[in-house]
This record gives sequence, C-alpha cells and structure tokens, in this order.
Amino acid sequence: MSFRQPSVLPGFGLTFGFTTFFLSAIVLLPLAALALAAASMHWSDFVHVVLSPRALGSYRLSFGASFLAAAINLVFGFIIAWTLVRYEFPGRGLIDALIDMPFALPTAVSGIALTSVFAQNGWIGRYLEPWGVKVAYTWLGVTLALTLISMPFAVRAVQPALLEVQRDLEEAAETLGAGRLYVFRRIILPTVLPALLTGFTLAFARALGEYGSVIFIAGNLPMKTEITPLLIVIHLEEFDYHGAAALGVVMLGISFVVLLAINLLQAWGRRRHVKAAH
Amino acid sequence: MAAALPAALAGDATRPGQHTRLHSLVRWLFIAVSLTFLAAVLLAPLVTVFVTALERGLQAYLHSFANPDTAAAVRLTLTTALVVVPINTMFGLAAAWAIAKFEFRGKSILITLIDLPLAISPVISGMIFVLLFGLHGWFGVWLREHDLSIIFALPGIMLATMFVTFPYVARELIPLMQQLGNDEEEAAITLGAGGWMTFFRVTLPKIRWGLLYGVVLCNARAMGEFGAVSVVSGHIRGLTNTMPLHIEILYNEYNFVGAFAVASLLTLLAALTLVVKTLVERTGYRRR
Repeated sequence: MSFRQPSVLPGFGLTFGFTTFFLSAIVLLPLAALALAAASMHWSDFVHVVLSPRALGSYRLSFGASFLAAAINLVFGFIIAWTLVRYEFPGRGLIDALIDMPFALPTAVSGIALTSVFAQNGWIGRYLEPWGVKVAYTWLGVTLALTLISMPFAVRAVQPALLEVQRDLEEAAETLGAGRLYVFRRIILPTVLPALLTGFTLAFARALGEYGSVIFIAGNLPMKTEITPLLIVIHLEEFDYHGAAALGVVMLGISFVVLLAINLLQAWGRRRHVKAAH
Repeated sequence: MAAALPAALAGDATRPGQHTRLHSLVRWLFIAVSLTFLAAVLLAPLVTVFVTALERGLQAYLHSFANPDTAAAVRLTLTTALVVVPINTMFGLAAAWAIAKFEFRGKSILITLIDLPLAISPVISGMIFVLLFGLHGWFGVWLREHDLSIIFALPGIMLATMFVTFPYVARELIPLMQQLGNDEEEAAITLGAGGWMTFFRVTLPKIRWGLLYGVVLCNARAMGEFGAVSVVSGHIRGLTNTMPLHIEILYNEYNFVGAFAVASLLTLLAALTLVVKTLVERTGYRRR
C-alpha cells in the first residue's frame, strides 16, 4: 500500500505539508525541548527535584483535589445531564447553553469570581463561616475551582449516552414489574457506564493541569495549598529551568497515562455499543 | 458535546408511569439539585463579576478603562488575537482539508498530535518556550547577542497563545468535513474547476458555520489564556500584560472594581462565544 490512496482532489501536498510543518514548529519541537532539558539532568538531580517533600506535597494536593473534583462531577454531572435529557422545564435551553461557560470563560475570571463568592464575607462564604467551613484559601477552594472548570467535560460526556438509553426497554421492564432502582441498575447504568467513566477521566485530566483559576483561591502555601503547576512556575521564576522541566516531564507522563486511559475507555464503550446492537 | 435535544426525546408527557407521585418527586429533586449546584458554582460567580465591577457605579466602571495600563492590556490582547487567530484558522483549514479529503497512513496519529496541546497543562505550554528562548534557554545566548527578545516580549506571548489555541479550528472542521463527504468537490474538479475555486465556491459555503464557531472559540481562548502567557510574559505593566494578567495584578492590589471591570469584558466575550455556538447548532450542524 502506498502512503496515500489516489484521489481526484488537489491540494494534498500543500495542506499536508503545511499541517505537518506547522505542527512540528509550534508543538512537537518545543515539546522535544522539554524532554531534552529533563534528559540532560543527572539522574540523582532529577529524583531530588521530583521527590522533594515540597513536590510530594504538591502532588498530593493536585491529585487529591483533581480526583475529588472529578468525583463530584461524576455525581452532579450525571444528575445535570439526566435533568437536561429527560425533563422539560422552563429555561432548559439556557441552562444547556450555560454548561459550556467554564469552557469559554478565562480561568483568571473564574478564579477571582469564585474567590469573592466563597471568601469569608462573600455571598456564599458568609453562610459557611458560622459552620466553621472555610473554602477560600484552603484545599476545599482548590477542589471547588477544579470542579467548576472540569464540569462541562463530565456533563457533555454523559449527555449523548443518556440519549441512547432505550426507553422502550425501560418501559418493558417497568411493565413487567421491575422497580425504578432495578431499571436504573440493570438498564440505564450499563449503557452510560463507559460515558460516565470517560467523563470522570476527562474531568480529572483537565483539573490536573489547571493553573489560572486555582492560584487565586488556593492561598498558595508550600506543602499545604500549592498545586504542582504553581511549583513549576516558582522554579521558572527562580530561573531553575531544570527543576521546572523535571516536574513538567512528570506531569506530562501522567497526562499521557490518563489520555491512554481515556482512549481505552472509549474503545470499551464502542465495543459494548456494537455488542448491544447485535 | 451535543446540545439542543429534539423536543420529542425530552418530553415526558406521553410516557407511561410518569405521573406517579414518586416519579414527580424524583423529577423535582433532580431539577432542584441541578439548579442549586449550577447556581452556586456557576451562576453566582458570573453575577459577582458584574455586580463587583459596577459596585461603585457606572462612572467608576467606565473610568477603570481609562487607566493607561488597562488600555495597554486591552490593546495587547487584541493585537495577539489578531495575529494568532488568523494563523490558527489557516492551519485548521489546511489540516481539515488534508485529513478529511484524503486517506493516508498515520492519519489517526496526526489527529492525536494536533489535539496534544489540549492535554497539556497551560504552565507546561508556556514553559517549553522559556526553555527554548529564555535567558538560560537553548537559544538564549544567541538571541541576546543579536539583541532579540522573545520571552518577556510580544513574540513569546504570541507563540504561547498559538500553542494553546492550536487545535480549536481544526477540531471543529475535521469531523464536519468528514461527515459532509467529498462528492461535491469531486464533481466540481471533474467538471474543470480549479482547486482554489472548488474550495471557495463549494467547500467554504458548506462549512462556514462550523468554521465560524471554531474561529470564535479559538479567539475566546486566545484572549483569555492565563497560565501559558503568564509564564512567558514577565508581567511588565503597560508592555507585556495581557487582559487576564492585568486582572491578576489589579486583583492583588485590591483594586476590585478595576479587576472585575476587565473580567466583565472577557465574561461578555465568553457569553458571545456561547451565543454563536447555540446559533450554529440551530443551523442543524451538530458536534459529535
């Protein structure tokens, strides 16, 4: 087989050439620079940076808060997607459009707005304060910011899957005397499970790399409320390029593992879909 | 990310067993939980932006844009978007033509590589350009000898923004053009039309709505990028401060009206982006 199948359409050389050239210049070569910068470090220096107590503290917060945010979005993303797909109520179209807001809104704006709402004297923060719940400048605030920015990924992953649940199957089951919970467990959940997990992983991946919205609400205390991307920025500001590159490579490696997981989950979902169709 | 569901799928009135008390209880519970969650996490912050921006009155709001540093930040953001968005649009069109119109080996790898910037933390997106062009970077010495600056200057801001917004137009166009097929283009070419004529007269009219949304989204991300630009900009007031970076500076100086005034502009831009998205979906074109 040759590299390309014949076609009467012109322009392959031009567009393919431009695409690969531009991709290499803007994306691939700069990324290679990062890998090389980390590779040029001595192994013990690399380990010293990526396993320093401060780095470990930042991983704990970044992973813990991202995982928690993705879990919150797993639950609320499902409820919101269900509400939008199954129920008719005034303002549904508007809410559906608003779901994408965190995707279009600059992260700095989300950050300062969330901080002022959940600060001690903020609209919501003032009602949490008497209960001893502090959101702004704690790990709770970090989780909240990550929940907001990763919310559309969870909702939009589940929505199309919920549309595909066969309503006549549900009705048949109910006619035959199945309870609502049984229908949910045996008919709805199996159909949307791959989409739920994909949404969870997409939200987790997005939350892990987030910087802009978190630094406003986090308080940024080393070991306590300092996320890994912020630690990279601190290394860069001290002109410690190697330290920054080492942490960057660790984050990149984790992103690739998460991406791989997403691809496997989606392949699993497609296989189940094909099987169900037969 | 399909939105705008057909009414027939969403309507419940004709379904059996929907009018029992339990069902309507669950229904209202779900709607209430959804609305409360969205109100607290999404709506309250959005409303706060405008309320805080206007808390000292319209005069103070408008006055905050008269500040020369704020005006410079708005200008820098517009300049950056004006350069980055057309380049990424051209790239998106070229990539979509190559990928949607032809079958070649390694296509799925190419698509994955184009999506790569979406999976990378914005901080890393900025850092890679610092490693290349920064003071202690690979080309740092050479650039200094030739009196050129990329990092802490306009070219670095543009490069980082270009990296971050790289996939948006291509991602909109590739599935759209794949779905529309090649028949009409092949007919045009067979009847003697040239390649450019086929593109402008046959393909472009078909994809214009998807292209519009891709460009608008790319623009919103370009104007709003914080992490990557923050790493390469150097935060020099009036010189290398984009709008999102200027928001940070004003906020840290407790100038809340100023910070939220700039934020309100970017919020309106995001709202406009969603309006365009909704209108584009109304034209019948659905994203995957």
